[in-house]
Amino acid sequence: MTKTQPHAQATTGLASIPALLARNVAQHGGKAAYREKEFGIWQSWTWAQADTEIRGIAMGLLALGLNRGDHVAIIGRNRPQLYWSMVAAQMCGAIPVPLYQDAVAEEMAYVLDHCGARFVVCGDQEQVDKILEVESDWLTEGQKPSVEQIVYIDKRGMRKYDHSRMNALEDVIAEGRAAHHRFDADLAKRTAELDYNSTCVMLYTSGTTGKPKGVVLSNRNIIETSKNSSDFDHLQAGEEVLAYLPMAWVGDFIFSIGQAMWTGFCVNCPESAETMMTDLREIGPTYYFAPPRVFEGQLTNVMIRMEDAGRFKKWLFDKYMAVARRVGPDILDGNPVSGADKFAYWLGNILVYGPLKNTLGFSRVRVGYTAGEAIGPEIFSFYRSLGINLKQLYGQTEASVFITQQPDGQVRADTVGVPSPGVEVKIADNGEVFYRSPGTFEFYYKNPESTASTKDAEGWVATGDAGFFEEGTGHLRIIDRAKDVGKMADGSLFAPKYVENKLKFYPAILEAVVFGASRDFCTAFINIDLNAVGNWAERNNVAYSSYQELSQHPRVLEMMRGHVAEVNQSVAADPMLAGCQVHRFLILHKELDADDGEMTRTRKVRRKVVEEKFADLITALYGGQPQVYTETEVTYEDGRKGAIKATLTLADATVAPAQRMAAE
Amino acid sequence: MNMQNPDGYTTADGRQIGGVMMEMKNITLRFGGVAAITDISFDIREGEIRAIIGPNGAGKSSMLNVISGFYVPQEGEVWFRGAKRPPMRPYQVAGQGIARTFQNIALFEGMSVLDNIMTGRLTQMKSGLLAQAIWWGRAQAEETAHREKVERVIDFLEIQHIRKTPVGRLPYGLKKRVELARALAAEPKLLLLDEPMAGMNVEEKEDMSRFILDVNDEFGTTIALIEHDMGVVMDLSDRVVVMDYGKKIGDGTPDEVRNNQAVIDAYLGVSHDE
Repeated sequence: MTKTQPHAQATTGLASIPALLARNVAQHGGKAAYREKEFGIWQSWTWAQADTEIRGIAMGLLALGLNRGDHVAIIGRNRPQLYWSMVAAQMCGAIPVPLYQDAVAEEMAYVLDHCGARFVVCGDQEQVDKILEVESDWLTEGQKPSVEQIVYIDKRGMRKYDHSRMNALEDVIAEGRAAHHRFDADLAKRTAELDYNSTCVMLYTSGTTGKPKGVVLSNRNIIETSKNSSDFDHLQAGEEVLAYLPMAWVGDFIFSIGQAMWTGFCVNCPESAETMMTDLREIGPTYYFAPPRVFEGQLTNVMIRMEDAGRFKKWLFDKYMAVARRVGPDILDGNPVSGADKFAYWLGNILVYGPLKNTLGFSRVRVGYTAGEAIGPEIFSFYRSLGINLKQLYGQTEASVFITQQPDGQVRADTVGVPSPGVEVKIADNGEVFYRSPGTFEFYYKNPESTASTKDAEGWVATGDAGFFEEGTGHLRIIDRAKDVGKMADGSLFAPKYVENKLKFYPAILEAVVFGASRDFCTAFINIDLNAVGNWAERNNVAYSSYQELSQHPRVLEMMRGHVAEVNQSVAADPMLAGCQVHRFLILHKELDADDGEMTRTRKVRRKVVEEKFADLITALYGGQPQVYTETEVTYEDGRKGAIKATLTLADATVAPAQRMAAE
Repeated sequence: MNMQNPDGYTTADGRQIGGVMMEMKNITLRFGGVAAITDISFDIREGEIRAIIGPNGAGKSSMLNVISGFYVPQEGEVWFRGAKRPPMRPYQVAGQGIARTFQNIALFEGMSVLDNIMTGRLTQMKSGLLAQAIWWGRAQAEETAHREKVERVIDFLEIQHIRKTPVGRLPYGLKKRVELARALAAEPKLLLLDEPMAGMNVEEKEDMSRFILDVNDEFGTTIALIEHDMGVVMDLSDRVVVMDYGKKIGDGTPDEVRNNQAVIDAYLGVSHDE
């Protein structure tokens, strides 16, 4: 296949997000486009109203002196005003750069400096404070701050600040509107200049390895991807989504801006992070995305609450969940099911599944996705058996999310689906997955070396993941990060993620990190899930006063020993990976945390950092001693540092004998 | 900084403090033979954060109860906004724009957070019992208007997530915050806080301090508070009254008070001459 020359005009004639906005105003002007719960009520804006707001912001930004090509950093929780600011920036020919709102000042400093943002739009005082902290750090280092204007939404606590280059969004809009005669023409001109090749957004990768990279995505990337993926799942105007995932994450950009603008569906913003579950239930989204962690958390909550329920309710729940597990997935996939089972499922739906889905906020979910990490098969099938069409997709920032996804009716826990429409996927000789698609990113900002090493001349992008296509079904299966897959001392295959995922499927285990590259045997760090283990402790009269104490409790250790032994058993069943059984492990005295740099902001473990930080513990695991004393530095939410000390028990695990190939 | 200036003064962080809002003149309060407060005079100015401190049993809570109209002193006068205040019932005092929180939380445990805060609007509801009971016409419109005010307070104190939770199920720190919310819902001119941080951990204290400063800053509410945590008092307040055994032993800015010998003695425990 020859590579087609990029064309600046879209086939549909809609070559930018502002162009899609104009179309939505014309087609769905009176329909709800954005909602946000505030003051206890869902406030809503139609497409026409949103357009007025966005124009107001755009003209206000022009009045403040925003230039074409400027980077506008956007920081805060999901709020309509921040989404509008992104579109407004695009209208002015500038490039929105959403940042992770829970990032500490240091992390923000790198990104702000790298993109040289002149304008920053903040949600509230907390974010403004971080920007000011970054700036004062720069000044003490003798560096000139790039940020010239700070705009904030929430006025609270902002009164005493120096406002010489700081404005409330409300005032910016008022100023822009007042001066619209001056800016109308310029704004129209700038918006008209946008084409398929202009940059739509710049998103920073979470940086599992090294510094974050600025991924430049064009209008073509975003709009083509949104169109293809919306068609794939028949998304249309009238869908409801809940925008609660970090705005800096590519998924939120595609769902809440790309697909929302393409199809004209409604984006709902929760009142606050704590009320997310209530808001989810009130909105009842029809299209929903959550990382496995959220689904796990919800399932754990359901199970904990069922433990506390009355005997009759518990019996009813158990009985009908058994029915659901048996026939639910088949009914969802449209496979034939006996009449008696259909009736039992129908009854179960009235008595259990319906009310349960309502409580979880999933009553109306037509399409649900999970991605980012492997999801436990039990968790996955729990939701599917309730009749929730939960599917998996595989993607990354560089692909504008979609690489593969599961079509309706072909859903399984262990694959990530078939290539998304318009995406070509190939597997290299070393097992690494490559793709090429209209969504493939343009380049890494100010980083030609990384661009060259990731994307070749023909447009193929290396994912860094190792995987293979399953014979017969054509579904892709991902094994591990390609660079993490290694060899053990005896030359057998080492795939840490494979084992970690198996461990993480236990509700009591929040996170696991397996070591073993070039070693004789594998060892593991385990993080307990405080929610699940805490509840277990309460039920079994295990007294504890802190996370640290609970994690080192002999009975918890015993429980983990059981889990590890079971995992070893299942790993041993695979002759290729039998060497990856965990021989020794320990339970960490602290939760791995993004504030300490041990995880990315999207909550993926940074293997290198963990390996370096806890080197003493790894040495002890391989040294064979029964206990180890350690001190670890921790960072509190406000950036202060402290140290925790602990004596950790190192445990031996039961290892299963490697099985021979089953006689076939 | 001239604090005797009748037109007010400017604080260290640049806030403009107005004239005298409330003045206590030679207050003496006795319970039978026990003198809880002896001849105390001080004033509270518009927009300031005024702290009353002292060791246990110094008479701080009694003083707050005098301000709130719960106790009527045997001697002395209370002047509020330029007029001498006659003996009043507490609800009349509330009607003057004074609201308070309690040392031992006094919320309705079985009611939701929202309903508890709504009670803070009671003094300002005009429609009659019958109209409210059948919830029709003016009563309905009125409740909507009050609910909006309450929602702004909920938003301000960041307690959206517990709006519908019964107060009895909340942890202590949050209950304290709900109590503050109820007091704020009354849109007071003068807010009295009786040990707002008692029993809190450091993080909760930091949050509460933030809220107190924000209330003062955003709504211009004058605040009088009693507090044991010296660090908090010194950081928050503009002026401090120090009491010991029912007598005033110090009055001034935190710095002045900190260097006052009588105060140091009271806190370090010099023996009192009987």
